[in-house]
Amino acid sequence: MSQLAISVSDLTKIYGEQTALSHATFEVPLGSVCGFVGPNGSGKTTTIRMLLGLITPTGGSGTVLGEDIRSPEKYLSKVGAMIEGPAFYPMLSGRENLKVLADLGGFPHERVDLLLEKVGLGERGSSKFKTYSLGMKQRLGIAAALLPEPQLLILDEPTNGLDPNGIQEIRELIKELAENGTSVFVSSHILSELEMISEYLVMLRKGKVIFSGRTQDLLGNQKPITSAKPEYQVDLNKLVMIVKELGYQARVENGAIYIPVGAEIGAVLNRAAFEAGVTLSSISTQQPTLEETFFEMTEEN
Amino acid sequence: MLNVVKAELRKMKRPSLTLVTFAIVAALSTLFTSLIFLRLGSASDRPRGREMMQSVESMSRFDGGYYSFTLMGLFIGLIALTIFASQSSNEYTYGTLRNLLVRQPSRMKLLAGKFFAMTAFVILLTTSAAIVNIALSYGESGHAHIDTKLWLSSKAFTGFFTAYGNMILGTIGYGLVGMSLGIILKSPMSAISISLLWFMVLENILSAILSSSAKWLPGNALSAVSTGGGTVFSYQRGLIVSAAYLLLFGGIATLLFKRRDVAS
Repeated sequence: MSQLAISVSDLTKIYGEQTALSHATFEVPLGSVCGFVGPNGSGKTTTIRMLLGLITPTGGSGTVLGEDIRSPEKYLSKVGAMIEGPAFYPMLSGRENLKVLADLGGFPHERVDLLLEKVGLGERGSSKFKTYSLGMKQRLGIAAALLPEPQLLILDEPTNGLDPNGIQEIRELIKELAENGTSVFVSSHILSELEMISEYLVMLRKGKVIFSGRTQDLLGNQKPITSAKPEYQVDLNKLVMIVKELGYQARVENGAIYIPVGAEIGAVLNRAAFEAGVTLSSISTQQPTLEETFFEMTEEN
Repeated sequence: MLNVVKAELRKMKRPSLTLVTFAIVAALSTLFTSLIFLRLGSASDRPRGREMMQSVESMSRFDGGYYSFTLMGLFIGLIALTIFASQSSNEYTYGTLRNLLVRQPSRMKLLAGKFFAMTAFVILLTTSAAIVNIALSYGESGHAHIDTKLWLSSKAFTGFFTAYGNMILGTIGYGLVGMSLGIILKSPMSAISISLLWFMVLENILSAILSSSAKWLPGNALSAVSTGGGTVFSYQRGLIVSAAYLLLFGGIATLLFKRRDVAS
């Protein structure tokens, strides 16, 4: 059996004159949690749709659990998915909605109540879907994705609409699934969450893969960022000029300056600021977070 | 495919659909039967061309027991059309098609399963209409002094089952039109309103303006199948013309369903 949960090579999707995904190539190892990130319109959902056989690739190839993505019937019984938010029949209860999908996939109905409990909908399982809050709908979508006891779980924005507790529960659930050997491919805009759970990352920008690999490799290769805050806000522009004179570029955010350089600038900057009559209230150096790296890599030139 | 039929029937057995639909059919059956018995006269009273108006003598014939049922073809057909259209296009409206395709990636199996489930539902509907019509006719026959001896003859049974079979065939035909339009237009409102406008208004106007077109119109053809043939259409011609339309619409819808990207 293939050691890869997902593998795509030169995968391309073109709608008319618009290229939604261009020559995407990446791999997701079996049993790993892989974050899938990119700005809106970067091709994430298009990629997921192709992996699930909902749309046909214009070019390239791919496999899911070792099977060709052009034959989704060979692997979808082992895949759970929630794409583009939860979509269910509004007139049916959450439980009946899950039973429809259980009937369709030939899964035992016993799993329905089990999963409703697991996602915290045990007491509202009999309520109609149309009465659910966004968070409850999202939980039902996750329960539906777990119906087949999947080897691969594909989740598109699973924490959308969830409160902080709900987000934490989903994070724990993903961790638990990964510990039990389930591969998880998850897209999210909450990058701090992805940073916590994703061993691997695939990053898209304008339909192209700009990074795929270990999260640690991505973050480890980024330049550290030093931030400095003047005691008085009026000195902020003066501080930016000092940094410029030292030969660095600085961006201003939330009353502080951020310089893409390591701790070596600390003493030099402190001295230069003191000599210019600016007192620094704080100065620190950190590795960039996934969110900062994401903005750095995906921002317009 | 049985899994698809089971899943589809689970959706369809929701009370808001079953109760309302069966109530409408029961109400229509009651209306049709009551009207026939209310307007019952003797053979000599019956004005020419008034087909709904029956006499005591004609109702005593072998087909009197199920006569009101045979008049319901268009109405049951349009109910079937509405059900097929909404059940097919709602998958696009609700965005649920992607869930179904993840659980059943074979689009042809999904389509066939949905068709068989909806067919089973409208067969039940047609059967219930037949039962209500016949039961009410029996109930009313005593008051109207109709001799029901021939209603239980073997000729009556043969006639009933032929009419019942034709009605089911016609109903499935209307349903297929609804299902095809539902898939093509991806909107229940558009599919249902366009179909109803065509079958109830435009076809009548076209027939009136251009009488030669009447022999080619789908509504007339399906109606001929439901009623076992009429003055405009023979039964055989109705079958052939209906089949041609259904092949055309069904073919386009099947091709679209099979090949169209499920993008939202």
